[in-house]
Amino acid sequence: MTKGRIHSIETMGLVDGPGIRTVIFFQGCLLRCSYCHNPDTWNVSGGYEIDAKDLFKKVLRYKAFFEKSGGGVTCSGGDPLMQPAFLLEFFKLCKENNIHTTLDTSGVGLGNYAEILRYTDLVLLDVKHHEEDQYKKITGRSMDSYKAFVEELYKANTPLWIRHVVVPGITDDEEHIRSLSKYIKSTFKNVQKIELLPYHTMGEEKYNKLGIDYRLKGLKPMDRDKCQELEKILYNNSI
Amino acid sequence: MINVKEFIDKNYTPYYGDDSFLAGPTERTTALWNKVLELLKKENQTGPIVDDKTLASITAYGPGYIDKDLELIVGLQTDEPLKRTMMPFGGIRMVKKSVELYGKKLDKNIEEFFTKYRKTHNDGVFDVYTQDIRNARTTGLITGLPDAYGRGRIIGDYRRVPLYGVDTLIEEKIKEKDSITTINEETIRLREEISEQIKALKELKELGNIYGFDLSRPAENAKEAVQWLYLAYLAVVKEQNGAAMSLGRVSTFLDIYIENDIKKGILTESEAQELIDQFIIKLRIVRFLRTKEYDELFSGDPVWVTESIGGMNNNGETLVTKTSYRFLNTLYNLGPAPEPNLTVLWSEKLPQNFKNFCAKVSIDTSSIQYENDDLMRPKFGDDYGIACCVSAMKIGKQMQFFGARANLAKALLYAINGGVDEKKFTHVIPNLDPITDEILDYDKVMANYDKAMDWLVKTYVDALNIIHYMHDKYNYEKLEMALHDKDVERILATGIAGLSVVADSLSAIKYAKVRPIRNEEGITVDFEIEGEFPKYGNDDDRVDSIAVEVVEKLMNKIRKQHPYRNAKFSQSILTITSNVVYGKKTGATPDGRKAGEPFAPGANPMHNRDTNGALASCLSVAKIPYDHCEDGISYTFSIEPNSLGKERETKINNLTSLLDGYFKNEGHHININVLNRDMLLDAVEHPELYPQLTVRVSGYAVNFIKLTREQQLEVISRTFHEKI
Repeated sequence: MTKGRIHSIETMGLVDGPGIRTVIFFQGCLLRCSYCHNPDTWNVSGGYEIDAKDLFKKVLRYKAFFEKSGGGVTCSGGDPLMQPAFLLEFFKLCKENNIHTTLDTSGVGLGNYAEILRYTDLVLLDVKHHEEDQYKKITGRSMDSYKAFVEELYKANTPLWIRHVVVPGITDDEEHIRSLSKYIKSTFKNVQKIELLPYHTMGEEKYNKLGIDYRLKGLKPMDRDKCQELEKILYNNSI
Repeated sequence: MINVKEFIDKNYTPYYGDDSFLAGPTERTTALWNKVLELLKKENQTGPIVDDKTLASITAYGPGYIDKDLELIVGLQTDEPLKRTMMPFGGIRMVKKSVELYGKKLDKNIEEFFTKYRKTHNDGVFDVYTQDIRNARTTGLITGLPDAYGRGRIIGDYRRVPLYGVDTLIEEKIKEKDSITTINEETIRLREEISEQIKALKELKELGNIYGFDLSRPAENAKEAVQWLYLAYLAVVKEQNGAAMSLGRVSTFLDIYIENDIKKGILTESEAQELIDQFIIKLRIVRFLRTKEYDELFSGDPVWVTESIGGMNNNGETLVTKTSYRFLNTLYNLGPAPEPNLTVLWSEKLPQNFKNFCAKVSIDTSSIQYENDDLMRPKFGDDYGIACCVSAMKIGKQMQFFGARANLAKALLYAINGGVDEKKFTHVIPNLDPITDEILDYDKVMANYDKAMDWLVKTYVDALNIIHYMHDKYNYEKLEMALHDKDVERILATGIAGLSVVADSLSAIKYAKVRPIRNEEGITVDFEIEGEFPKYGNDDDRVDSIAVEVVEKLMNKIRKQHPYRNAKFSQSILTITSNVVYGKKTGATPDGRKAGEPFAPGANPMHNRDTNGALASCLSVAKIPYDHCEDGISYTFSIEPNSLGKERETKINNLTSLLDGYFKNEGHHININVLNRDMLLDAVEHPELYPQLTVRVSGYAVNFIKLTREQQLEVISRTFHEKI
């Protein structure tokens, strides 16, 4: 009977893990990434409350779409690790009913990671940066919390997709990508995919609405073709 | 005995392989199509070519060609490609308007003849229309009735012509006529109709002669099969201008001849594809002379040459053949186009290779629509075709009495305004007390809505009974009906526009506080809404159940009416482009929609009110009960290509899974658009850069640049599922 707070549900998530997925956007995040396109998920008391069982009932409605496509449910946000009890109960219900579970996270939350990972089929890990000072610049926090999750992830050997946002002038040079690839190789196991996500500005409007200063104001979106090229370099060096 | 289905069952070859066998266009085909593209470009620039001298009939014109050296399958509606001719039996006033619209003048003798000496369908209908019907039409409560244009929605079984040859068909019709020995009103009419059918079949033979073919005998090879079948269809569109002139379910049938020839070694794959390409070119240039009002309702010169592809037979085997692939392949060989209206009959059990190919075609061309064979087969069997957009019909055994659609949102406003129109202030529905409350009460509104529906249903069915009586009398489709059995089941099809507006409006009234804003005369002209309410399109039973209830209630009321000619009633949720027209004629509604704003198309949720993603939207639509909506439930789905997935294979897999899931949940129909909103915006400004851009709208595909600007903007404003 655990309740949690969520921002919204996307019933046709096609780029949030394998197949067709129901994506739950959890409310609440400790990080304040400069390029975040969901600032309306930061505040832990935003969104609306829902019971884990009721949330599961909604997700079950999409089983026919999961089966054919190899899809399932993805918890994203915000960061789902901010509500460990809620997330755990929800994932347990999913696994009891043979639904594939994916955790889309930055690895920064409130603990109980080992238990959560027992019910997680796939992790999409957003690696903000691998160098401490740059990480702090982007997210506003130190890497300690993230490192704690990475340790549990390594122990659990959960299948992993690495994601990294490419921001012009910050993370878009080749040297950085090569350095990142070395880091990935030496830090993670069971990496099945690596995705570079090109920075875009479609979330900027939300900052205006919330009255929050947008630190990357004026920065143009990342060129998609260049991003694809960088992805090739990363891929060749990390797998 | 005529039995096309038996022939198909015994002789067809199901195909489970992939699309790698397909051939590209021959040089001849490409040259021909390029010629046609030039003609189409010219038509877009200078307008339709109109013949104001000739009266249409099966044999009115001598042979016509685009380029004899390049054409493998021949035959034109007139003597010139894209020329439109006068078909007066539907109504002479409409012909006059249309002819004048394009700068010509209707011959006085012709006008006099069809006014004084030979009555038309339109005149008959208006001689009998009641005042109630006239009132409902004027305000836009019911629109698009086929009282001024051909009713369409009849599919001749064109396959009978190549299979049996016309002489055998004539013999069978004579036998049918002779078998009717009891003489009463019904049989008098039927005997007369059969006589007309026999005349039509003889004219069809004459048409064959005009082009140098002996249609009296059956087709003896693939080329003849395609040519015979096409000439049968051509003869029909030479004399009838029904809104929807659908083709049926011919691809699997034609495959039998093609397979035969290929096995004999007298046809190569390239030649087989060429036959289909050339056939399709002809289907893409069918044209009718229309009025401006007609073009607003049905934009973009639609003909609905709907071909139903695939599906399963009653033995659990697929009816997908290589020609199913060949038909879809024309979208690559000739480029995308809205016609023919290629419709895939989807079953969970379709071969996966075919499912994948269809998804590929959708991603590349956005030109096809899908319908649930598993849902329709138990009701219609395994030899039905789709008439127009979403209406299933047993080929050669069922025909439809097309009924357009009623504006259910306006009816709701009438329930609130005591039957007074909110735009024209005329009193349309009698004996209905206006609601005078400060805040609308759900039960009171529903009680009034029930009464409004009663009046609407009676008036609507009265209109349809009149229309179809007169159409049978003055504009009988003799050749189409010659290609039917003697005894035909008739389906009287009504329709609903504005379902999502109604569902959301009633939801607002039930769950929030809706305050009517009245003018000086006490008529509600706007609404103020306070509070939240669930919206249709989010898989929320609180509002979805309202939509279901309204549909069921209406259908049950319709069933209580008395249908002309013992027809069976059915209804659809489909708007074509009339969602824009209806929106213009309807005032502000309790869901927050402003006066004049378009409705959503078909059974779609209102634009941008589905906030839980596309599948929640699909599930809401899938709840509409097909049992009470057997004429079809239209759903249009648009997505940006990058949102379908990263890699091409992922996109295909996701799309087929989407279709499987939607149909497993008992959705009936879906149009798939895989397009960029930016591209559409660009096409509005620079149409010349996008001559073949095809978009799926409610129930059909249309050449985007042929829509009015208003319609274009409406399509663009719709929910485009995109990932941020």
